[in-house]
Amino acid sequence: MEFFISTLLFGISAGGQYALIAIGYTMVYGILRLINFAHGDVFMVAGLIGIYSTSWLTRLLSEVMAPEAATAAAIPLSMVLVLVLTVVLGFFIERVAYKPLRSAPRMSVMISAIGVSYLLQNTATYVTGGQPMTYPNIPMLSDTVPIAGTSIKWVVILTPFLVVALVLVLTQLINHTKVGMAMRAVAKDFETSQLMGIKINSVISTTFIIGSALAAVGSMLYFTTYPAIVPTAGAMPGLKAFVAAVFGGIGSIPGAVIGAFLIGICENFVKILPFEGATTFVDAFTFALLIIVLVFKPTGLFGEKATDKV
Amino acid sequence: MIQDQKSKKGAVTGLLFIAIVLLLVVLLENLSAILPAGSVPAVLMPTSQLFTVLKKGAVYSLVAVSMNLLNGFTGLFSLGQAGFMLLGAYTYAILTVPVSAKDTVYYLYGGSAVNFSLPDLFGGVDTPAGLILGVLLAILLGGCVAALFAYLIGLPVLRLKSDYLAIATLGFAEIIRAIFQWQPLGPVTNGANMITQIPTFNNFNITDANGTVILRLSTFFPFLIAIICIVVIVMLINSSYGRAFKAIREDEIAAEAMGINLAKHKMLSFCISSFFAGVGGALFAMFVNNAQAKVYTSTMTYEILLIVVIGGIGSISGSCLATFLYVACAEWWLRFLDSATTFASPTAPNRIAFMVIFAVVVIGGSALLIHRERRGSNQVWKQTLVGLVAILLLGWLAWFAATGELTLPLLRTGFRMVAFSIIIMVVVLFFRQGMLGDKEFSDILFARRRNAGKEATK
Amino acid sequence: MNTENILHLDHVTMQFGGVVAVNDLSVDVNKGQIVALIGPNGAGKTTAFNCITGVYEPTNGLVSFCGEPMVRNHPQGKMARGYLGEHGDLYTARFSVEDPEAKAAAEAQQDPAVKAQMQADYDKALEERRSKELERDPLAFTDKVLSPTPDKITQLGIARTFQNIRLFSALTVFENVLIAKHMRAKQNVFSATFRMNKAEEQRMREEAMALLEEQNLAHLKDEVAGSLPYGLQRHLEIARALATQPKLLLLDEPAAGMNPQETQELTEFIHKIRSEYDLSILMIEHHMDLVMQISELIYVLDFGKLIARGTPSEIQNNPRVIEAYLGVADDAEN
Repeated sequence: MEFFISTLLFGISAGGQYALIAIGYTMVYGILRLINFAHGDVFMVAGLIGIYSTSWLTRLLSEVMAPEAATAAAIPLSMVLVLVLTVVLGFFIERVAYKPLRSAPRMSVMISAIGVSYLLQNTATYVTGGQPMTYPNIPMLSDTVPIAGTSIKWVVILTPFLVVALVLVLTQLINHTKVGMAMRAVAKDFETSQLMGIKINSVISTTFIIGSALAAVGSMLYFTTYPAIVPTAGAMPGLKAFVAAVFGGIGSIPGAVIGAFLIGICENFVKILPFEGATTFVDAFTFALLIIVLVFKPTGLFGEKATDKV
Repeated sequence: MIQDQKSKKGAVTGLLFIAIVLLLVVLLENLSAILPAGSVPAVLMPTSQLFTVLKKGAVYSLVAVSMNLLNGFTGLFSLGQAGFMLLGAYTYAILTVPVSAKDTVYYLYGGSAVNFSLPDLFGGVDTPAGLILGVLLAILLGGCVAALFAYLIGLPVLRLKSDYLAIATLGFAEIIRAIFQWQPLGPVTNGANMITQIPTFNNFNITDANGTVILRLSTFFPFLIAIICIVVIVMLINSSYGRAFKAIREDEIAAEAMGINLAKHKMLSFCISSFFAGVGGALFAMFVNNAQAKVYTSTMTYEILLIVVIGGIGSISGSCLATFLYVACAEWWLRFLDSATTFASPTAPNRIAFMVIFAVVVIGGSALLIHRERRGSNQVWKQTLVGLVAILLLGWLAWFAATGELTLPLLRTGFRMVAFSIIIMVVVLFFRQGMLGDKEFSDILFARRRNAGKEATK
Repeated sequence: MNTENILHLDHVTMQFGGVVAVNDLSVDVNKGQIVALIGPNGAGKTTAFNCITGVYEPTNGLVSFCGEPMVRNHPQGKMARGYLGEHGDLYTARFSVEDPEAKAAAEAQQDPAVKAQMQADYDKALEERRSKELERDPLAFTDKVLSPTPDKITQLGIARTFQNIRLFSALTVFENVLIAKHMRAKQNVFSATFRMNKAEEQRMREEAMALLEEQNLAHLKDEVAGSLPYGLQRHLEIARALATQPKLLLLDEPAAGMNPQETQELTEFIHKIRSEYDLSILMIEHHMDLVMQISELIYVLDFGKLIARGTPSEIQNNPRVIEAYLGVADDAEN
């Protein structure tokens, strides 16, 4: 029973982290019909920014204050820095790699996304020298608390609440602001909304900014749970988040969140299945789920059906 | 009738070209033995990077062409190529580990569940018959296993539309990778460990009784197999079925209205492409001397996809050309970027070459950027920015030329791949058609002559 | 004149969700006839074409080709409960959708005995109508579905063109026509790849070339289809359809975007191909002068329903057709 509860908790927390990445995928797909393969790598880069900015700020601050105080002050500052820099990164990726291909076939844009992913991974290898980097301990989040017989990090407990809060804010933003309305319009019909005077480019930029900001928050939570960052660290969570987005019905934010939670929970239960080598199948399980969903309900749980006109 | 003569002529030219390429490969590899010892340039030594590039290039070009058949000619955007390569590689490896080596290779599992080896059935790896028949049969079976799995996965997945198909096939490749690393399958797949001691390209070198090499064929072999496979793919594309594939790529609904059975033709293309990806995987296992599941990740598929894009989606010769360029850049030509480089003497030829290349890249790059931005109306500030950066970089070059010694900045391990991925992004963004677009090399080569001929007949 | 039936649509209904795009449509095309299907925009003409050519599986009804049933479906499962087409109550077993008054009266009735009686009467009437329906179509309430994919239908001998031209635009004119020969080629993927049956390939090429020559398109054979001018693209699309050796040709707005002179030429062209290729033609068209000049029989659709059927002169004077095209008379007065 205790085992069950802790597995469930880990599952929910993993789901929350996937949800934050999945929203970025689903929003971009909703608007550009693009699988942004680079999104997982943006998430990884956000983690690296966290590591480098913390150590840099600690060094900087320790010149003016006591080492302990410097470390304590550096963490929140670097969190802000992570958020800002990730947003800037997401914005630039869109401007440089996707915007010039606006009128190109969809496949070209997808290939460009793969190229960006390749570039980010290789740059990360170059910067880190290919060594796994350790994510700094964030006070509060990294502290442990005994629950159900095991000690669990606070991050595991806080994640779902934080995710739900962020999603509520986001849905308010999308449903009740002008920019949110523009987003919905563009998602519905790209060309027509352009004719209606919506500034497509700024809407798309906003989408990437929101997606990157959420990925940055996700990276803080995820890498506090799994603190080792290698250049490919973003690929798997990225793909899983994408699966979650498809599962929930790509283009739908609540769908992505629910899909992410389901996948997070299922995958943590697959891990403890009582047969030999079950852990090998954690990733495979997610993809098997993806194929099953695509075959039986390609539009996912909450997706809309699109038909070709003959 | 005219059509037929023309295609016959093309076939003869093609065969001649292939024969020359194969001959050149054999010659190149054995030049070190022919030339008097001491006068052999380092690049022609058997251990040179050149031959690694050629071998890997041959293997990858087959996989790239097989991907092009699917993505470029049938319009099915699949990202499962690495998965099918894995199937081919493992099938090959499992079937060719010599019986005598099974206990060492599978020591974690107390021997292999597959208690035979194809080369051994025909007399062992050391006999020509055992080697050739065993290896060829294993490669062929590798392709067949990949095709079989393609059929099974294709039944549900091929109904999906473009990017859903891409993501489903990507997922399938990941599942395959997990299955092959599964512990309970260890007696067959050796779990997460690699299967080693398989016959490799080097086994095809002909040796005399003492073990000294008389004739090197280790590069010839992958070339031969790859070329045979690519020729088959080209013949398929130029056949009635190839035209049906292209029709599906152009417009599925119209193709169906022309009596083309979508499900059947998509499945055909998918299975054939996977067959050749499987063959490519088997060759890849021979190239790296082992089979290990963790190598065949989605990154590998992306690499192959990028090769196809660089060569031009829908161009076979483009894919081949791009493969060799890509492999050569990644493995060989850009290697200098991975270690610190210092130009000491102002007159060193290296230094002058570097300055020329640098200037060309900067001027060309900025010209490209400015030319592209010209289409926008008020983009003057961008052009100015690009111009300023270019001038700064050239200024740095001039300063470097004036002063003496210089250590290039940024160069250390990993920079090669960064520079390389930037080059790829430039191709993707600025040369979307790739090197050859959807044309073939021969089209471009003979285009002028043909046009001239047209003029003359008028 | 030969009156052999080529195409027969029997009570075809196509429903998308809650929208009935084609409602109980019956159409006949006899051998050698040119039949037109007209109606205002959104009347369901192209949907009817898509039901014939297998792009859509109709919700109800039968399509026969040369006397053989080709496409058949009846409302089943979820569809049977939500079926909104004509005589929907036969399938849904609830009060007739066309008779809201009877339904309201039954629901308003307070006395349970009377209500039960009304229900019983209704059920009896329904049973009678069901048996009548079964006489008409013995398979009406079964799940015997015939739903070939479009390629099978093309192989049977129905070819079509599209409203918005769908050529293989990156391929040459010759390849476009040659692709249509693929389905009848006697070769499999092995024999085709390894050129084991060169005669077959040669035959395909010769047939395609002959067709291009007949259509005066031979000089364009190496042009890329997408680069042709609009009129020639339309012509090529028809030529490509002819290359599948059809018995029946479906033309979806062949004169769209043509000027009066080109339309006149099209009239002659359609007559010509009918006699040369021994075709029957069913076409959708908005150019009324073309329709009136060329067709022997006209079907008029409005909101998915057949509102008139007749010769051009009959249709021209039909008040319901005028109403559909021009709006209801008293609407104009108000």
